[in-house]
Amino acid sequence: MEAHVVNPWVAAAYLIAGICFILALRGLSSPATSRTGNRYGMIGMAIAVATTLVTHEIASLPEILVAIAIGGGIGFAIARRIPMTAMPQLVAAFHSLVGLAAVLVGIAAYYNPAAFGILEPGGLDILKGSRIEMGLGVAIGAVTFSGSVIAFAKLNGNMSGAPILLPARHVINLGALLAIVVLVSLFHWNTPTLFWAIVLLSFAIGFLLIIPIGGADMPVVVSMLNSYSGWAAAAMGFTLHNTAMIITGALVGSSGAILSYIMCKAMNRSFISVIAGGFGAEAGAGGAAAATDRPWKRGSAEDAAFLMKEAENVIIIPGYGMAVAQAQHIVREMADQLKAHGVGVKYAIHPVAGRMPGHMNVLLAEASVPYDEVFELEDINGEFAQCDVAFIIGANDVVNPAAKTDRSSPIYGMPVFDVEKAKTIFFIKRSMGGQGYAGVDNDVFYMDQTMMLLADAKKMVEDIVKALAD
Amino acid sequence: MDFISILSIFVLACFVGYYVVWSVTPALHTPLMAVTNAISSVIVVGALVAAAAQGSPLAKWLGLGAVVLASVNVFGGFAVTARMLAMYRKKDKAAPKAGVKR
Repeated sequence: MEAHVVNPWVAAAYLIAGICFILALRGLSSPATSRTGNRYGMIGMAIAVATTLVTHEIASLPEILVAIAIGGGIGFAIARRIPMTAMPQLVAAFHSLVGLAAVLVGIAAYYNPAAFGILEPGGLDILKGSRIEMGLGVAIGAVTFSGSVIAFAKLNGNMSGAPILLPARHVINLGALLAIVVLVSLFHWNTPTLFWAIVLLSFAIGFLLIIPIGGADMPVVVSMLNSYSGWAAAAMGFTLHNTAMIITGALVGSSGAILSYIMCKAMNRSFISVIAGGFGAEAGAGGAAAATDRPWKRGSAEDAAFLMKEAENVIIIPGYGMAVAQAQHIVREMADQLKAHGVGVKYAIHPVAGRMPGHMNVLLAEASVPYDEVFELEDINGEFAQCDVAFIIGANDVVNPAAKTDRSSPIYGMPVFDVEKAKTIFFIKRSMGGQGYAGVDNDVFYMDQTMMLLADAKKMVEDIVKALAD
Repeated sequence: MDFISILSIFVLACFVGYYVVWSVTPALHTPLMAVTNAISSVIVVGALVAAAAQGSPLAKWLGLGAVVLASVNVFGGFAVTARMLAMYRKKDKAAPKAGVKR
């Protein structure tokens, strides 16, 4: 273990970088402090990189600068151009890069251990402990990479969002996971075969883990991969005895884990059942048949405009459908018009609305909706009883009262908005056929106070805006 | 550094992460993911060491590859976070001017 001589200045610099990263996350406790926080993050990264460059003998500075310029240029260009609706797939793509980078660093360390100071004293072999940590880091990195690639393909529409179910997938997955654990623990016998077996098997398991998971469970998957990218960085930090990587990895790892927990809780599902996958694959059929028989009322854009203009307060509940239709800007215009008529407008956001945590908040922020008009589930749910109009756009399962009453429903126990307490409900939906992600019928469609607005979300809101202007 | 001190740093950092992240407002969960993504690219440090070292051309090129990937994340992650955070505005501050107090 004495092979490592740590320069105290380097250790101090990494510590400062770590503190900057903590402040970056801390800043996100409110939008007002978040921008300063982000700057701390950049400072921390600059310190970490500069320290590394200054304290190592650099044999290839030009190449490194070119590499940074290429990567930085690509990253910057993507960040500038990406539309806000594409944020979930961007985040998934970024996770995959962290995973792959971890794998590459692991392989590099395996083939040039002297550079990282992880050789046994006087020997030519890599330290035993470092090998295990390295195996772990490479494995987590590879899982993060291939899992994120699949998540990206699903979110980006390159691949169907529907769960893909292999026969005996649980057996395959558990077997592969077990094999990885065994291989990593056997890795104290240092053989390249073992090393590459870990890498390849981990790539495979990441792929197998994510393909059976359906589109609306993506908030959990994206958070989970976020967490893995952190653990991968931490494991590489253990291998390379690098405190900056360990601190950061721990922060990111726990962040992703907490987000996964929040998402699971908001769906009342266990993490295991989400990862087992297949949710929403079988349901669908039964509910759809029953749907057509029950009476429902169709509303028009004019009805909606008239009733909302007369209302005292309106609560808008956006869901993934609003993101798909890119309707956030026109929704804000509608809200502006309503406010001009003296109507109070609030937005209600469910934690799992959209395809990643906070997805709806970002879209509304993009449409210049002030964040103090946007409320979380528990903060606004009491207000539906005094609310004149609940306006549901692109959401479905999160307003389904079956979650509160029907024990046999797949979404039973999920916290939902009490929209049925509102005096009038407008429900924008493409058609009466679609059943939402969970594949369950929604009693709200058939309530006396509900008017269904069947159209493309954006088109319908545009018509309402026109009707309001008349 | 011996294993146990490294482990101590790791465990304590997990606790710090736990408490700090619970204090993040749900409205900022997407920027949280973007910024955690950016900072987890601190793995670029390892990539730089690999790319800078002599001895193994394979390790050097792998390192350079990892530097490119991690740089995409560092620059992309922080830039996209900044872009998102710039959109979060309070009421009546749609067009904030210099000198407006927070």
